[in-house]
Amino acid sequence: MSTNPLFEMSLRLADDALVLGHRLSEWCGHAPVLEEDLALANLALDLIGQARSLYSYAGKVEGAGRDEDALAYCRREAEYHNCLLVEQPNGDFALTIVRQFLFAAAMHPFHQEMTRSSDPTLAAIAAKAEKELAYHLRHAAEWVIRLGDGTDESRRRTEAALDHLWTFSGELFEVDAILRTAIDQGLVPNPTDLRAVFDATVDDVLAQADLARPKDGWMQTGGRMGRHSEHMGFLLTELQYLQRLHPNARW
Amino acid sequence: MSSAQALSDDATRLAWAACAAVTDPEVPVLTIEDLGVLRDVRLVDGRAEAVITPTYSGCPAMDMIALQVELALEHAGFHAPRVITVLSPAWTTDWMSEAGKDKLRAYGIAPPIGPVGRRALFGQDEIACPRCSSSNTVKVSEFGSTACKSHWRCKACAEPFDYFKCI
Repeated sequence: MSTNPLFEMSLRLADDALVLGHRLSEWCGHAPVLEEDLALANLALDLIGQARSLYSYAGKVEGAGRDEDALAYCRREAEYHNCLLVEQPNGDFALTIVRQFLFAAAMHPFHQEMTRSSDPTLAAIAAKAEKELAYHLRHAAEWVIRLGDGTDESRRRTEAALDHLWTFSGELFEVDAILRTAIDQGLVPNPTDLRAVFDATVDDVLAQADLARPKDGWMQTGGRMGRHSEHMGFLLTELQYLQRLHPNARW
Repeated sequence: MSSAQALSDDATRLAWAACAAVTDPEVPVLTIEDLGVLRDVRLVDGRAEAVITPTYSGCPAMDMIALQVELALEHAGFHAPRVITVLSPAWTTDWMSEAGKDKLRAYGIAPPIGPVGRRALFGQDEIACPRCSSSNTVKVSEFGSTACKSHWRCKACAEPFDYFKCI
């Protein structure tokens, strides 16, 4: 892991956005209705756009000649530092929506706070991402309510998704040594300070959806150190296919 | 004002006019000036520099817009122009000109209802149908044909339409 907190934070945020954007793009042409096909592709576009800004900046900060493409496509699995939540497979529509909801509920307040970063570029990226994530959160929350308070089938699937993905929510609020340094330098907000905002959003939406909040128990961890679930390798195989087969190929 | 200064001002105006005529490839009735995407045009050591900002982080039209701006400056006689993309301050629909909003409406897209506030982002305001002006409309989907639009339907004239989202 890099010891430069600015590089590492840019990379983590970029990896989160790229991997989730990639997962959402897998829905293209497969969503339950045309409107959702467009919506999920739009969310993916926002996230991949955020990833591009963050990777370009990370490459500049690192100063080793790596550009956004080198960082996105030419690293090994253990060098990706995204949280485990975003790499989980799409599953059914309920699982995709709950994954999106948990991510947006945590990351919207994070970007809102990061607009006050001591680093002007991170602040500028956050100012754009914050507005986009407000829409992502609203979209996902509306679906959680509709599915939870919908048919027996949609409710069963949403409950199952929530129970399964809840174990990945703890990682969104972990603070390790390098994040601690970044917080101390004023680069990024402290996610533990934003836990109450996340809790309030989750409680409010789950109450409207008539769903019970899962109990906090054992939580998954490891993504920030490059220890991924088995799904990540398959995801990267697809994501990196073209660059690995034809190195330095250009569009 | 010295004549050299006046010459330079004229050149800057010419460069601005060239850039300002570039249209958005996804909403071709709007110029990038109407949209507020064109932030600045200046001459630096005789070279033209245009500054643009993306609407959304992942807006796929940005590369196209940058290329068109470069071409427009070349055509206007500015050699080797530079196009600079900035993220800050973050683009907002508040920067869209009134003329731009009128053009959008005439094109069949409901313009953003500004100014942007938390209320506009979360509490849905009434969106008037761009065809019949009725406020009896319903949101079909949060996301429409491009990142900047959502999809609506008019219950009065039964036509579907795009609404340019406030951001």
